[in-house]
Formats: sequence, C-alpha cells, structure tokens
Amino acid sequence: MWSRRQGRLRPTVCGVEELRRRRREREAALRKARREQQLVSKRLLRNDAPEEAGEGCVAAILGETEVQQFLRQAQRGTEEKEREGALVSLRRGLQHPETQQTFIRLEGSMRTLVGLLTSNQALLQLEAARCLHELSHSEQSTVAEACLPATSYLLTYLSSHSSDFIELCLYTLGNLIVESEAVRRQLLPQGIVPALAACIQSPHVAVLEALGYALSQLLQAEEAPEKIIPSILASTLPQHMLQMLQPGPKLNPGVAVEFAWCLHYIICSQVSNPLLIGHGALSTLGLLLLDLAGAVQKTEDAGLELLACPVLRCLSNLLTEAAVETVGGQMQLRDERVVAALFILLQFFFQKQPSLLPEGLWLLNNLTANSPSFCTSLLSLDLIEPLLQLLPVSNVVLTVLCNVAEKGPAYCQRLWPGPLLPALLHTLAFSDTEVVGQSLELLHLLFLYQPEAVQVFLQQSGLQALERHQEEAQLQDRVYALQQTALQG
Amino acid sequence: MQLPPALCARLAAGPGAAEPLPVERDPAAGAAPFRFVARPVRFPREHQFFEDGDVQRHLYLQDVIMQVADVPEKPRAPEARLLGRVPAFACQVAGCCQVFDALDDYEHHYHTLHGNVCSFCKRAFPSGHLLDAHILEWHDSLFQILSERQDMYQCLVEGCTEKFKTSRDRKDHMVRMHLYPADFRFDKPKKSRSPASAEAPGDSGERSEGEAMEICSEPVAASPAPAGERRIYRHRIPSTICFGQGAARGFKSNKKKTKQC
Repeated sequence: MWSRRQGRLRPTVCGVEELRRRRREREAALRKARREQQLVSKRLLRNDAPEEAGEGCVAAILGETEVQQFLRQAQRGTEEKEREGALVSLRRGLQHPETQQTFIRLEGSMRTLVGLLTSNQALLQLEAARCLHELSHSEQSTVAEACLPATSYLLTYLSSHSSDFIELCLYTLGNLIVESEAVRRQLLPQGIVPALAACIQSPHVAVLEALGYALSQLLQAEEAPEKIIPSILASTLPQHMLQMLQPGPKLNPGVAVEFAWCLHYIICSQVSNPLLIGHGALSTLGLLLLDLAGAVQKTEDAGLELLACPVLRCLSNLLTEAAVETVGGQMQLRDERVVAALFILLQFFFQKQPSLLPEGLWLLNNLTANSPSFCTSLLSLDLIEPLLQLLPVSNVVLTVLCNVAEKGPAYCQRLWPGPLLPALLHTLAFSDTEVVGQSLELLHLLFLYQPEAVQVFLQQSGLQALERHQEEAQLQDRVYALQQTALQG
Repeated sequence: MQLPPALCARLAAGPGAAEPLPVERDPAAGAAPFRFVARPVRFPREHQFFEDGDVQRHLYLQDVIMQVADVPEKPRAPEARLLGRVPAFACQVAGCCQVFDALDDYEHHYHTLHGNVCSFCKRAFPSGHLLDAHILEWHDSLFQILSERQDMYQCLVEGCTEKFKTSRDRKDHMVRMHLYPADFRFDKPKKSRSPASAEAPGDSGERSEGEAMEICSEPVAASPAPAGERRIYRHRIPSTICFGQGAARGFKSNKKKTKQC
C-alpha cells in the first residue's frame, strides 16, 4: 500500500539537497547494475512502531553469545512477553549484515528460528517471520541460502488466513528469490507457482501487492524464460493478473503496478505471447491506457508513470505478435481513443518524466506501422503538429510520420500543406545521420504521393539543405535521388 | 507540448474509429535507394532501451520515490483511529485468554490458533487444505478402509495430484520431488496404538518447540477425565475466568504430559 510505504521510510534529519544527492547516487548505482545485468532490488517491510525505534537509534550489532541467548530465550522462555521480546531484539540485531553472518554461522540457529516460525504461538510466529524477513534483505546470497529450510513453510503459510502474515511471507519470498538461484531452484519444485495461483485470489490489497512483488522478482530471474515462465503461463495466474489490471473502481494502483511489471517481464521474454492475447491482454491493457490518460488529467503527482511504463511496454511488444492480426487481435485494439490517450500521456511525460517519451513513441510506432485505422486517427485527431513538437526527443517521430505517409496519397494529402515540410527542412540541417536519413525517407514518400510539395520544397531552399549531405556515405544515394526528383518535378 | 483542445473530449467520449483512409501504395515508394518499411519493433528483456524505465522501477522498489495515492489506511478498530492505539483486549474465543493491544496481532493469533482447527483433536493447521487432509487421514474411518485397497494419501503440495498408499510413501515423494524437509511439521504420521485411539503419551516427543498443535487453555477445574477419545478434547472454561499469567497461555511440555487428559 502506498501510504504505508511512506510511513516506512526512516525519518531523516537531512535536507532536500541531501535527499536529492542520495537519489542521484542510487540512480547511478542502479544504472550501473543494469548495464552489468545485475539489477536487483528488494523491498523491506520494516514496521517499527514509533515507540520501539527511538530517535534514530540504530540497533547494535549482536555477537554470537547474544544471538544464542536471544534464541534460547525465545525458544525456552517462560513468559510469552519475554520470548517475544527476545525475538524482537534478535530481529533488530539482524538489521546488520554482521549479525546476519553471525546468525547463519551459528549451528542450529535456523532450525530454532524455523521451529518458532511454525509454533502455534501466534506472536512468536510473527516475530520469527520478521527475523526471516530481515535476513532476506541481505545482499549476500549465503544468507539467502541459509534460509532454505524455511521456504516450504513460507509457502505453506501462503494459504493461511492471516493477511498480515501472508504479506510478510510473500515479501520475504520475493527478497529471497531475487538473491539466489539456489532458492529459486528449490521453490519451483516446492510448488511456488500453484501456491501463488491460490494466493492471488485473496481479497486483501496488501497481500496482492506483495504477491505481485514476489512474482515480479521470480519473473526477473535470468532463467525465467526457460524455467519459470512456461509454468506460470500454464497456471491461472495470467488471467488473474489481467483482472488486476482492469480499470474500474476495484483497480488499486499499487497492485496494478506490480502486476503490470510482471506482465512486462513475461511478454518481453517472448515465451508465448499469443496465449496472453487470447486471454484478452490487448483489450485490457488498451482500456487501462485510457484509464491512465484520464487519471493524469485529474491528479498531479500520483506516480502514474510507474504504471504507465510497463503498460506501454506490454502493449508495444504484444503488437509485434503475428497473432494480433490472426486472432482478431487487431479488433481488440481498434479504438482511436487509444491514440488520444497515448498523446495525453506523452504530454504528461513531457512535463513529468521525459525519459519515458521514447517508450511512448515506440508504442505509437507499433500502433501505426500496420494500421491504416490508427494512421487515419492521427490525422483526424489533429495530432501531427503535437507529434512534430516531439522531434527533438526522438527520431521515432519521423518513423511514425513515415508510417503514415507510406500508406499512400490519401494520407500524404493530409500531411501537406502544414507544418511537416518546414519541420523536415529543419531536420535536414542536423548533422545526425540517422535523423537526416529518416527525413530523406519521409521526403521521398511525400514527393511521391504529393508532388505539389516539391515546388514548395524548392522554393524554401530545399536543394541547398540536401547538398549539405551529398558527401555522406550513408546518405549520398538518397540525397542524389531526391535531388533528381526535385529537379524533374 | 500542446494538444488539440478536442482531444480530451475525444477520450471521454465513446469508443470508435473514423473510417480509415484508403491505402494505395506505389511500388516506387520502396524502391532503392530508399528503404523505409513500416514495421512494429520489439525489444527483448535486457535491451538498453529499457534502462531508464527499469531504473525508475527499482528506485520505487527501494522506496526512494515517495508516491502518494489515496488508498485508505488499513482499517483498525474505531478507537484506534482516535487514540492511535487500541486498548488491550482479550481473545473472544471461549477458554482463550490471550490479550492483545493491536488488532493485527489479534487477527494473526485468531487465524493461527482458532482458524483451521480440527474439531476432533483440536489441532490447529495453517490452512484449510492441510486441515482437510488431516481430518481425512486421522479421523475418517472410511479413509482407513479405502486406503487398504487404493492410493489415498494425497501429496500435500498445492497443485500436485499424486496419491500414495501410505503416508510414508507420500513423505518420500514430498522429499524427493518437492524438496520438502523430511521433518515437515504439518505432515506428522499418525502414531496409533489401537484403532481410533487418542494421543499416545509417546507423542509428547513431538511436543518440542514448533509442534503444530497447541492446546490453548489448561483445565484447572479438572473434570474427571472420561476414557477413550474424549481424553483429547479440550475442556472449555468460561471466558470470564482467566487464570493469570502462566497457566492459561502457551504450553509447557511437562504440564502437557500430566494434564493431557
């Protein structure tokens, strides 16, 4: 849940600048990790009530004796409060990597913890689970692997009825999953996929969000396309996932974000996308896109780009499937409101998250490439000019315009007169070969289907603009061809 | 970035699409040296194109991005919203004297201890699924009869439909195929001294830490223990009587042996 998550951030005494600096650092670290294909992030549920935490006091590192002592107290103490208190102290200590190492090296420690986890002392159980959760946050795969004896129980508890406990188990599983392949290798035969498929029917939002998180971690695994995604696609999970993405009063943003990312990892792995199309993924995602566009007009900063990003990606990748045409998939996505929605989102990205503009334009390309219908919508909704405003952002703008122009004279007539030609003359002045190359392609189509444009081109010093590039190897042939056309026209 | 004013209205209006303009391609369009072909583009998982969006996603996971959405807070007791904390209250199940000061803790206690409870032997199970299996295998005489002829012991892993002749075989399967621990606490074999027997005292070996069974309250007014099956039934104590700190809560192995009537 979003508001709960805010509460979990440790109160910091630092200023805005400091926060920004930390964020930049984190961002840089994440980029580096991604380039090395090591992008791993975990979610930590730390629920310290205000009176427990104390003013920013950090729990001390526990030594071996202390860990043993707390475990013994928890296991054999006489007073329930005492036993619980021992586990709380242990849990605090486990926030430290050193304590985690001490714990896993201690013989019998995990066995004791699992014993407490499976006891019927409910509060002990909870605290034991929280200890496990702390361990799951470790960045050392040895610690994650030390938790292997607990996984069958974590899975068993997914079908219990205590939603808080289930949530905790799910986040713990999600963290363990992402850290170690050994854990994943064990969880699959232990039945994690059926367990998740049963758990996804829970009515609790917090449980669903946690489940989405755990599933997204499972799907991010390197071996996912071969070893994990097929069994997920064979289960009832895809249908439920799509249900969570259906717009309406029941749509929860936090839950939807997780499942949208799950869907993205499945789809971009290209295991069996026609199956998803068969389940109505295209129409669900299309409707969700409309919903998002409606939402960005109303709310200011709701983190909607976190949901928009995976939705755009899923739609774009699904549109490349041949099944889109044959399974009547194109029918699922005929609504021109999709184009309207996309532009509203592009405007939103322009203002709030420019890094997502290329992804939005990618979807626009995939929508328009093979669709006379969407190309017509682009024209009839007067979107050419707004599109041209995005020229500095990405060459895909030119590609989209080519998608429109290549459909023939009826389309090119609507592209001219207008801002297109001046824009092209402008891009011809760029030195970027890619951009100029695309501009040349577009000019060619325009000249072919709308010969009147040639005259205007010449009048506006088009030939000089072309001459700049006649020495460029990649562009020469096309420049020459256009020059010929212009001179003959 | 300026959008045409009618666009928002279009979004709000109903579904539909304008009649597509006629497509009419000239072969010269794709003739060399021009090479444009309209085609949808796909990006695989690890493509660099996804870098920015992926980084944003992970920043979110790491809680660096703070998002606001009007999702209602988890409902707590009405007083809690006013006072910030619910005053201590006791579990309402007859005979249980656990006290809580947070609703969430109570919820967990309730589900753990009073949720899936076997009405025959009062064992509590984490899920309905395990409870059903337990009742079938421990308390259903028809099951015993049928299991002599056919494979009746179902694998306990959700989604696995394998059945076995004995609980031992099932355990072997769970260990080998599903990598479950050999001492999985929710698959204790039934130790029967006689048919339809109560808990044998030898079972107290199972009552070490982590036993999946607990009897929540101890009978203090020790009614005469009836023979046979009745011995394992919990005595109910009126909820108004609570026996102080140690007696009613939790269990202590020693007491179990003697008081286990």
